[in-house]
Order: sequence, then structure tokens, then C-alpha cells
Amino acid sequence: MLHHTVCRAIAMALLLTSATVGVARAEDKPKIGGTLRLAAASAAGTIDPHISYETGFYWPIFYVLNDGLVTFRKAAGEPSNDIVPDLASDMPKISEDGKTYTFKLRKGVKFSNGQEVTLRDVVASFERLFKVGNPNSSLWYSVIKGGDKCVETPPTCSLAEGVVANEADGTVTFNLTQPDADFLYKLAVPFGSILPADTQPSDLGTTPPAATGPYMITSYDPQRGMELKRNPEFKVWNEDAQPDGYVDEIKYSFGVKPEDAVTAIQNDQMDWMYDSPPADRLKEISSESADQIYINPSFAMYAAEMNTNIAPFNNKDVRQALNFAVNRRAAINIYGGPRLADANCQVLPVDFPGYKGYCPYSKNPGEKWGGPDMEKAKALMERSGQIGQKVTVTVGDAGVDPQTGTYLVSVLNDLGLQATLKVISANIQWTYAQNSNNNVQITLNTLWQDYAAPADFLQVLFNCSSFHPGSDASPNISGYCNNAVDAKMEQAMKAALTDVAASHEMWSAVDHDITDDAPWATLYSPKLLYFVSKRLKNFTYSNQARMVFSKVWLD
Amino acid sequence: MTTASNTSADPASKVPEAEQPNQFNVQIANGEASSAFAQKRLFQLRPKDKGNNPRGPWKTAFSRLLRDKLAVASFVFLAAIVLSTASATYYADHISQTDPFQSNLDGQIEINGDPAEIMAADSEGLGLGVTPIGPTWTGQYLLGADAQGRDVAARLLYGGQNSLIVAFASTALCLVLAGVIGTVSGFLGGIVDTILSRLLDIIWAFPIYLLAISLSIVLISTGLQIGPFHIPSNSLLLPITIIGVVYVPYVARPIRGQVLTLAKSDFVLASVCLGMPTARILVRDILPNVVTTLIVFAPIMMSLSILTESSLSFLSIGVQPPAASWGTIIQDGQGLLYTRPLVAIAPGLAIIITVLCLNFLGDGVKDAFDPKAKLRVGKG
Repeated sequence: MLHHTVCRAIAMALLLTSATVGVARAEDKPKIGGTLRLAAASAAGTIDPHISYETGFYWPIFYVLNDGLVTFRKAAGEPSNDIVPDLASDMPKISEDGKTYTFKLRKGVKFSNGQEVTLRDVVASFERLFKVGNPNSSLWYSVIKGGDKCVETPPTCSLAEGVVANEADGTVTFNLTQPDADFLYKLAVPFGSILPADTQPSDLGTTPPAATGPYMITSYDPQRGMELKRNPEFKVWNEDAQPDGYVDEIKYSFGVKPEDAVTAIQNDQMDWMYDSPPADRLKEISSESADQIYINPSFAMYAAEMNTNIAPFNNKDVRQALNFAVNRRAAINIYGGPRLADANCQVLPVDFPGYKGYCPYSKNPGEKWGGPDMEKAKALMERSGQIGQKVTVTVGDAGVDPQTGTYLVSVLNDLGLQATLKVISANIQWTYAQNSNNNVQITLNTLWQDYAAPADFLQVLFNCSSFHPGSDASPNISGYCNNAVDAKMEQAMKAALTDVAASHEMWSAVDHDITDDAPWATLYSPKLLYFVSKRLKNFTYSNQARMVFSKVWLD
Repeated sequence: MTTASNTSADPASKVPEAEQPNQFNVQIANGEASSAFAQKRLFQLRPKDKGNNPRGPWKTAFSRLLRDKLAVASFVFLAAIVLSTASATYYADHISQTDPFQSNLDGQIEINGDPAEIMAADSEGLGLGVTPIGPTWTGQYLLGADAQGRDVAARLLYGGQNSLIVAFASTALCLVLAGVIGTVSGFLGGIVDTILSRLLDIIWAFPIYLLAISLSIVLISTGLQIGPFHIPSNSLLLPITIIGVVYVPYVARPIRGQVLTLAKSDFVLASVCLGMPTARILVRDILPNVVTTLIVFAPIMMSLSILTESSLSFLSIGVQPPAASWGTIIQDGQGLLYTRPLVAIAPGLAIIITVLCLNFLGDGVKDAFDPKAKLRVGKG
């Protein structure tokens, strides 16, 4: 019996280890060909890489379609945070003052339409970022000289001083108004994709742009699906940046409910699903298909974002009351249990650069959350004078949002508010919540990293300049604006140029300040569970590109 | 069709007003017993009926209904369901001891003295997932918990309240509207009939569920404004109004047909000839005959209303949270079909039983008020 128990324990430990390591498992020999079949509950709008901010959904696709001057290494684990040259032949030369980045453009790379990638395309692509209203144009790219004017008058954007092409030596130089420690990261994400100069200066919508990567989109219908085929013009120039793909085709089917996707994968009719498997299938797949499950740490936060500009959440006491009242363990239970998420109170995800455990909204305030404090929450509500206020919790209709929304309604009612749930299509929820004209009081979102630097969360989501009233592209959903915190962010950004460790300390302080102001009720840092078919091999999880589609092959 | 001369020639036409042909024999005279024999037979029966059965038509129908065992059993079942749902608050307070509208995702209960998590983390395989507690078959969590850790049994009772209220109220609304429209349209005729009939045709042109779903989707975000009255989107009045209205043509049409026949019947013509006011004719001569038809329709319409309400609520466009109905509970259970199927099955069974009972009762009521049945009884 003991022997049996020990064996079982060892087997379970091995099973757990294999399932939780977020890197590629040793697989059989690579196989080329076949069709990789992906499933998702719904599409996510535009496939314009200069506009789409679908970091978890479309960005992994964009990473195998288009290239920037630099990109993240297509590898598993920690190395995937590294930046490597992509369309640039080498890493840039950076001036001592940190204001000038000079790249040499790689020669001989062609778009899928047969045109060669030129310096003109590089300049035009960065001007296009402003012309099409990139959601981060004012926050990330206005640091380029001329960027400010481009933000003000996008249609006539000119970066003649900011992005200077030198045809003679084949280089392009970025002149910045001030040093930016994260600038290379901002060039490495899909927003930095180089598209042909003649690409229309407006949202491409469902029309795919010409590709430089190993695949190109041949059809896209948000109601049905997306098809990718090999880009005939693609040749490997840097294995780290853009490896060739093993599969010949990638077919993404939309409108596949997660429960159906699980069954399809079990029956080998699908290879991978974007959405998390439904909670009531977890027990089944974790016991019957453990070798098809990959659990990966993710730098993301699941949070209730409160609108700090309208009642009742324009009152800090109410926001803090919700933070004290919400039972993060309950929210984690909805997500799938404690093995799939870590409770969190602050903005930065657990183990993210700059993360220092901080949870003032706990029965025992400290580094970690230790349980809700309803008494404190109710006392804050009494003080706020907002009891009886009506609140609408607006959530998307996919994933755990409806269930978590129901739970939030319950908590808010418990606090004396009159809360109701409004479930809208997940297709539009993200943009709907961003537009302040829609007066969303509180919503739920999973916020994913764009790159592994604290500014990516704190500056993008909480800087005054990332709140654009009346715009669908306003990632500061809470409309939070604190000039003192903004000043601290600026200091931290400057420090990052010379002393990364000191910068992280400063970002940590910013994180704690924002946590104290409570524009969010952060619930947990989710882990990513991928359920794949038996025939899918060489699953490779990158921190940036998630599953690297070009790395997998089919048995 | 019985002619005026037939009736006027019959001595029975001289009976006092209190003994004038009631709605049952009038229906027979006009619609069923078209032959002179039947007519004669009917009036031959009357004295005998009067002698053996001094009860009025309502009592006669009621006694006939009581003899229908299936209908009585259905009524008893329905009464039990209504009483059960009426006891929802007592059940939640004293038996389940939980708030069925409050999430309880991190709670515990005691089962046989042992603590049990309401949402238990799974331990098999990779240990992923959290499963709500299953049926305990005791007071607390009798039928288990849903995905929010709420007591399914308590929610079933509260949900039943709303489902039955919506069904009853929408049926009442439908019957009143249909009764008025059908009667006015059939009796007044002319332009009024044309306009009302075309309006009914327009509603009838839509598939019933498509119309109900469309109206619900449109109104669920803003609510319904009727003159100075506003029905908010989370009010039960919204599904009541929508369901009540979409079924109006299905009842109003037969009523109109019946009124058209009644309007040409002897006793109505007699009233007209005597110069009775239209309102009096409608109230005293037409309405009593129409009411029985409406009563026959009532159980059937209630069962249809329950099904429609459940469908709308299942689609999130009927009863709105935090309120529950059997339809919303089925929707809650949809995400637990693999681990806790009872969450969806229990309200499904409740709907099936209620609808079956209403249909059986409806058949019984129809038979009780059916003139053929009366003739059969008379012959016997």
C-alpha cells in the first residue's frame, strides 16, 4: 500500500511538473506540413497590427505575420523577454544621451506581395501609427520627434525629424525628444510592425496587410474564422526573431464555444483553443488528459476597473470598500481554483519586474492578501455616503466574466449599493468600456503585459495621458489621473536609463500609490492553461507571443 | 346554423330571462347542433335538466371538472407547486438558511457534523477546477449549489415564484386584451374590425418566439415607455407585457369568430330588436358566452407563457438578475452540465411538470365547458 502510494505520488509529481513547466517538452522529430486548427469563441475585431490591442488573442498571430525592426526572441520561458534584431540587421546604435536609435535595415526581405521592405516603408509605418489612431500613439510613440504634432493632427502626420531614413547607408534613425528606457520594447511589439508604405492610412478592418513573416492571412471573416497560409516570399533571416513555421496552414475558427472546443480537442478535431476551458470541464481534462495540458505563468492581472470620474466610484472610500470586501479566493474559485491563479491586490502581477507584494486590502494587511474585511468595507461605505447608489457592472459574455460579474454584483449589494449586471458581447466589451461616453461604472478585464517592464502596466493603464475621453482607444479605463503619481512615473522612467534596479524600486512605489488610490479592485494574477490536441507537438510558450505558432508541429 | 324562425317557434323561447339559453346551449344551437333534431333534443332536455340538475352552468362545469381525475390530479399538483414556491422565503430562512441571491463561493456547511466546502477544489489528476457541492438531500443545499455557491433548491422556489407570476400575469393580460379586441372587433365590425384584424394579422405574421426575442432584446437595455409609465428593464412587468402581447392574436381571433356568430344569434338579434343599448348587449349577452372560451384558453396560455418566459430568461432577455426564474436557473446550470447536471435538470423538470399539469387541466376545463360533453351527459 505504501509502495503504491509512493509510486502514485511520484507519478503525480512528474505529471504536475510536466504540466506546469511553461516550456517546450521534449518531443519527437519535427514534422513539416498539415493544418493547425485553432478555436475561439469569437473574433476580436480589426486585424490591423497598428491598431489591434488584443495582446492575448491577435498579437500571437501578428508575431508570425509581420516584423518590426526588432522583436522578442521566439523561445520558451525567460529568454522570450529578450529583444533581438528582426528587420534590422543588428541591434541599434544608441547615442549616449539615449535620444537617438540608429538601425540598419536588413536587405532582401520581401513582403508577401513581392515588394522589398525599404526604408520608406519604415518611415511610413511609424507615421501610419499616428494616422490610424494607434491606442498608444500618444503614450508610447509621441516621444519620437514630431510625435506630439502627429497626435494633434493625425491625418497630416509627418515624422521627418523623428524617423530619418538614410538611403546611402541603409539606416533609419529615431530621434527622441527625451530618453525612453522602454523604447525598444515599444518597437518590438506588433504596433512596431513594418507595413508597405502604400498601406491605406486608416483601419484595415478585415483586410489583411502584406506580411513579412512565415505566414500571411488569406481570409478573415470575424463571424467565421481566419485562414493563414505560408508566405511564399518568406526566407529565414534570423531564427531567433522569425523562425519558419512547421505547419502549412493555420485555420482559426470563431464562434466555437469553449465547451465545444474542449470536446473537439479531445476528439482531435481541433488542436488548440484560445479560451480557457470551462470550469466544469477542468476536473475531467485534468484527470483524463493531463499530458495535453500546459499551465504557464502569465504576466497578467484580472481586475474590476472602476470609473473614478462618475458616482459612486469617484469616491475613494467606495473603491477601497470594494477592495476590502471582495473575496479574491472566491473569484479564483470561479476561474478554476487555486492552482490556476494567485490572489493579488496591486497592479503589477506577481513576480513581474518591480513587483513587491503589497496588500492593504486584507484582513491582515501585508505583502499578501489574507481574506476580505467586510467590517472595514462597510465602515468605509458608511463614511462615503454613497449607500443606495445604483451601480451597473458591465461585463463581456465570454470566459469567467459573467460569473465573476454576478459575484461582484453580490458583493456590491452587500455593501449597500444597488448593483445590477449588464452582460454585453465580448466582441465589443473592451472598446465599449474604454469609451467614457458609455459611462461604464465598473467592468472586468484581464490586462496582459505588452512587454516585461513595469511602465507597461503602470504608465499605459494609469497615466493621465492614456485617458482619452470619448475614445474607444483609452486604455486607462478607470480615467484615473493623479499628477503626483505621473511625476513619479516620469522619474522612474528616467532612472531606468541608468539604474534598472533603482527604477524598479521607484515603479514599486508607484504601484503601491495606485493601489492605495484603488482605481481597480485587482482580483488575481491568472495562469494560462492551454489544452492542446494529442497530435500537437513542440508546444512552446513565450512570455510575449504566448504559444509560438511557428514552433509547433503536428504528429 | 339555427334560424330565427326555428327558435322563435319553439316554446322554449318564452322562458323567463333567467332561464334564457345560456352560453352553453347557445353555442350548441349556433355552432354544433345544426340539425333540427339536435335543437329539438336540446330543448327537450332542458326541463329534465332543470329538474334533475338545478345547478347553474358554472356549477355543472365545475362538477364535470371534478369528475375528471387527471384534471383534478393536475390541479392538486399545481396547487402543491404554487404553495411550494410561495414558501420560498420560509424555506430560505429556516431550512436552507442561506440567501439564494448572495454568492457563497468560499463558504462551508456541516454535513453530519463534518465541515464541507460549498465550492470544493478538485484533487484528481492535476487538481484543477472547483466543483459546487452536490445534493446533500438534507435541509441545506438539498439539491446542491450552483456556480455561485447558492442553494439550488431555494433558488428553484424563488425562481418558480417569478415564473408563475410572469405566466399568470401575462396570461391575464393576454386574455383581457384578446377578449376586448376580439369582442369589439367581432361585434362592431366595419372599419373597427378591419383595423383591429389587420393589427392582429401583423403580429401573427411574426413567428411567436422571434417576435418575443426581438422585443426583449430591444427593450431589455432601455426598458419600456408607455405614455407616462416607464417599465425598467429589470422589472417583471417587461416579460409580462411582452409575453402577454405576442399571444393576443392567438386568442383574439377565435374570440372574434365566436362573437361574429353570437352577433347573429337569436337572443342577440332579439336584444337588438328590443332596442337594448350596445353596451348592455355586450355585457349581458356576448361577454358571458366569451368568458367560457377565455377560461378554456387560460391554462393553455399559462403553459405557453411559462415556456416562453423560460426561453427568454434562458437567453438572458427575460427575468433579469438578481431575480431568478426557472429559465435563468437552467442558464446557470448550463455551465455545470458535466459536474452538477441537477442544477439545470431540476428547473427543467419543474417546467415540464407545471406545463404538463396545466395542459391536463386545460383539457379538463375544455371538456367541462364543452357543449358536446353536455350533450353526452344529457344523453346519459
